[in-house]
Amino acid sequence: MPHTKTSTTTRPSRRGVLFGGAAASLGAIAALGIDSLTSTAAPAGASEPPHGHTTIPFYGAHQAGITTEPQAHATYIALSLRHALDRASLGRLLRLLTDDAARLTQGQPALADTEPELGVIPARLTVTFGFGPKIVELAGSSAAEIQPLPKFAIDQLDERWNDGDLLLHIASDDPLTVAHAQRMLLKDARRFASVKWVQTGFRRSRGSEASGTTMRNLFGQVDGTANPSPDTEDFNTLVWNADGSTTMVIRRIRMDVDTWDEVDRSGREFSVGRTLANGAPTTGVQEHDEPDFEATNALGFTVIPAHAHIRRARSGNTSERIFRRGYNYDDVPSGSDISNSGLIFVSYQKSVAKQFTPMQQRLADLDALNQWTTPIGSAVFLIPPGCAEGGFIGETLFTS
Amino acid sequence: MKTSFALRTVALSAATLVAMAGCAADPVENSSSTPAGYSITMTDPWVKAADEGMSAGFGTIENTSDQDVTVTAVTSDASTELELHETVANESGAMMMREKSGGFIIPAHGELHLEPGGNHIMLMDLTAPLRPGSEVAMTLAFSDDTTFDLIAPVKDFAGANENYEGSDHEGMNHGDMKMDDSDSEGAHDH
Repeated sequence: MPHTKTSTTTRPSRRGVLFGGAAASLGAIAALGIDSLTSTAAPAGASEPPHGHTTIPFYGAHQAGITTEPQAHATYIALSLRHALDRASLGRLLRLLTDDAARLTQGQPALADTEPELGVIPARLTVTFGFGPKIVELAGSSAAEIQPLPKFAIDQLDERWNDGDLLLHIASDDPLTVAHAQRMLLKDARRFASVKWVQTGFRRSRGSEASGTTMRNLFGQVDGTANPSPDTEDFNTLVWNADGSTTMVIRRIRMDVDTWDEVDRSGREFSVGRTLANGAPTTGVQEHDEPDFEATNALGFTVIPAHAHIRRARSGNTSERIFRRGYNYDDVPSGSDISNSGLIFVSYQKSVAKQFTPMQQRLADLDALNQWTTPIGSAVFLIPPGCAEGGFIGETLFTS
Repeated sequence: MKTSFALRTVALSAATLVAMAGCAADPVENSSSTPAGYSITMTDPWVKAADEGMSAGFGTIENTSDQDVTVTAVTSDASTELELHETVANESGAMMMREKSGGFIIPAHGELHLEPGGNHIMLMDLTAPLRPGSEVAMTLAFSDDTTFDLIAPVKDFAGANENYEGSDHEGMNHGDMKMDDSDSEGAHDH
């Protein structure tokens, strides 16, 4: 067929372009990029307004990074104070770190920043500090509210993910910004403390879906639907103490994605009591529909079973609630594993003992999800109030 | 502690303006020019942490007046002797620091950056360890005998290791960070 033959010999194939280009100039093909060969998309950056200069205020009654709409990337770093650190040294450390955070979150390089060009794209950077019992006591206050959680039957805690003296929670929509802030903060902390653990988490990147969308975890579940909304009276009552502080629970929850693979869709939805499609209760249609725990199916069983996660998490006592702000983790697998995935569970509440622990105890006693999830790390921190310009985070503990 | 907090408010504030102009000597009465000590601001001053020996101070000095001003000397309780240094290449091309003859000139409505690898204030012999997060008070003296007081926080900094011209010493490389507990923060901080 002459017609066909002509067509195939004159039209340059993609392979022809690629290899021809490579032979002519490797540099040229690299500069072209694959997009110019394969797509008709608009040039990158043509119409998207950059969001890197967006800032979240650092100073205030509360620390930032809690009611802040969660950024795409978060790193949690627990530090251990060096031996023999005294109260005066602790104060100096906290002033240094506060100054770094105050500058970097506003898109200004840290003082003596070695890479100042990395400090000018905050992309909603927040740095939130948490204190373990040792810091609170060293400063001269009571650590009764932030003792380690009781041991739960489901726990398989590994000491490498537990506890810590000083928590740095660094979050931004840009992971390069997180890395730079982490480096600058740790350089100032190095003399005073060593790194105990680092947990890196992520959500969907900024702009890939509407801000405020409930996050999905690596089981594919809509995770956190029942959260109270920041800046509501309900939230303030559940989270903020009178002095502007709160408490934080951070638990590393391993998710067994391999055994989860064995469960079909209805079984997955049954275990939680919510649909995978949009997180609606299995008795409802929309994500935020109220679950009907009394509804029964044709056989007379409740639609949301007795061991479903949302039924077990809920208490008749409405003060036993928390504010969740977790992240996914997906780290390097070991051995023959192909996944090392899970959830960095983070919750804020006034009282760990009155709000978090009763809920966790119910879930430890019975929760269908426990078949696929295992807590492997746990820590509790005081989140001290925010500070005003010229002050430093933690200063209220030093007033005595 | 109280004093330290008050001073810090100025030195570490994110607004980064240190407006602690002070004149040890009375301003020249019948001069039309603004005394140098009143026409200077210093932004983001800081001093490199060091346990002993030498260290260096940095920051940006801005001259808001219509005349050039000249910094002729710096004094501080933190060091028995301070010098104004510049960093220049020697005959073999290596960067060396040496005393800046004639002092630092800050042009009218201009600024002078004091930074690692460039001009800096040299603390020649520390009187006590400079601990990270503490503060150093310094006084700049100008050619018209006015002065400017500033407070600079101390930061750990791995750089600023230029060699000192005409010296066998290792320059400012005294601030190396020892991490073992016996030498780290707090062990001597009582």
